[in-house]
Amino acid sequence: MTYHTQSLADNEKWLGRVMIAPAIVYIIALVGFPFFLALYYSVSNITVGSNEMAFIGLDNFRHLLNNRTFLRALRNTFVFAFVSQALVLVLAKALALSLLRDFRGKWVVRLLILLPWVAPISLGSIGWLWILDSVYSVINWSCRALGIFGPMTWPIWLGQPTLAMASIITVHVWRLLPLATVILLGGLTSIPQDIHDAAAVDGAGFWRHNFQITIPLVLPIMLVAVLFGVVFAFTDMIVIYVLTRGGPYDTTQVLASLAFFTGIDGGDLGTGAAIALFLFPVLAASAILLLRLARRTEVT
Amino acid sequence: MSKGMYKAKAWGAKGANFGILAAFVAFAAFPFYWMLMTMFKETRDLMNPNQNPFLFHMPPTLEHLRVLFFDTLYLQWLWNTAFVGFLVVLITLVTAIPAGYSLARLTGKTGERLGIGIFLTYLVPPTILFIPLSKVIGYLGLQDSLFSLVLVYPSFTIPFCTWLLMGFFKVIPKDIEEAAMIDGHSRLGAFWKVVMPMSIAGVLTVIIFTFTLVMQEFVYGLTFITAASRFTVSVGVPTFLVRGDVYFWGSLMGACFIASVPIAILYNLFVDRFIAGFTVGAIK
Repeated sequence: MTYHTQSLADNEKWLGRVMIAPAIVYIIALVGFPFFLALYYSVSNITVGSNEMAFIGLDNFRHLLNNRTFLRALRNTFVFAFVSQALVLVLAKALALSLLRDFRGKWVVRLLILLPWVAPISLGSIGWLWILDSVYSVINWSCRALGIFGPMTWPIWLGQPTLAMASIITVHVWRLLPLATVILLGGLTSIPQDIHDAAAVDGAGFWRHNFQITIPLVLPIMLVAVLFGVVFAFTDMIVIYVLTRGGPYDTTQVLASLAFFTGIDGGDLGTGAAIALFLFPVLAASAILLLRLARRTEVT
Repeated sequence: MSKGMYKAKAWGAKGANFGILAAFVAFAAFPFYWMLMTMFKETRDLMNPNQNPFLFHMPPTLEHLRVLFFDTLYLQWLWNTAFVGFLVVLITLVTAIPAGYSLARLTGKTGERLGIGIFLTYLVPPTILFIPLSKVIGYLGLQDSLFSLVLVYPSFTIPFCTWLLMGFFKVIPKDIEEAAMIDGHSRLGAFWKVVMPMSIAGVLTVIIFTFTLVMQEFVYGLTFITAASRFTVSVGVPTFLVRGDVYFWGSLMGACFIASVPIAILYNLFVDRFIAGFTVGAIK
């Protein structure tokens, strides 16, 4: 074979670069550049209306650390992300195990269980807004009809701080459970049946089987599920925007929603950017974990 | 143990399994069932806290849907979503297909690292970027324009779809391209004429996902757009239909149900590939 026609269409090295260039350019322009802009804004006093801005050092961060609403939002962000992930993990494991066996109509069950993840979350949250309504809540009606609530009990789900937190966590769990379940299910089905059979022959009971065989084997994939779950729960503001707008009295505010209300609604872009950047350490940690995970499985 | 006991135990396990599944299905699907019920109920029927909300006390009505389609901007929002979705799909395909192929075949070790780098941008969420981007959009004069969304949405669809397509291209045997090149195709020609027709399933997956990602996006839509007639459906319904003290629950629930369920069914057909892209990409 002769290589006298080394045009671009045949040069692997150059072809490879040219073909990936548009994607790289797009990502640098619309992820990389704005990210550095966010860093820059967070140390400036930029606002929505004007184009003037001055470098003010770490003032935004310093003010935030003295701001009670911010500290509350910081705490809420962690509470929401970790409580909902812990619940999701336990429930997803149970659900994935019971979806493991085959039965008739399984695809319908799967479709229904996936609905919360697949439907736009802003719209799903409105469904919950109606379910948790202060006057017409179907939960309250049912609990009263079943005698669980006495005549004087009528919780206002989204109007009382603790109940509002619980409601938001429930909606997060509702939303993130399908993803974790499907990821775990993938991990569970990839365990060869021989291993389960061998364990059964050796007389391993349910718990032993679970903790010494199944869980260690699906651990890497479980970590992926948790990581994505944490990132989603950590950065999400949609559920809170729709259900409580951070209320009552900013008690359910999270970093993402507070950044929006401060930066966009309030026009204080600098402070808003600084609030959002508090998310970054957690995201960076997730990224490092994912990378290590990818490398470890590459080696083995 | 006797045969009967085994049988009883198997039935017990089956029953427990069924119970667990039923509870989960109820939890997952109830809000959608509730939307469906609410959208056909008379307002007076909805607004009576003393009667059983699970039953229809008046005949079902289509009035809420009439209001939704003819008296609100709902159709406009659906159209806006489709418009943005179509253009974002185009941009994503044009960028992610070559990028995915390049990472799968042409760039070797550097490409592997580049691929992981691209995947990690998925972890830089809109929450960090929406504030600087709002300024960029203003600077470009795209405020209140659907093109602001067309410009920004590919920043999260391209990384994910590149990663997904890379996986699809990797499983196609190299021999097929080599044979095509011996037959006189160029390197690029082998990709276009031989590999692409084999990757239709991958391209279809990317189209569905890009479209659902566009449909679900909320933060950018809320930030860049303020004119009611330019909202996409996921922003328009919660901001515009839920404004003020009077909630038109019937129409609102109809709006949510109609926009979520069809896309959910479509997405469900492709969800296994989506999970493969999510995990196998990151793990293997």
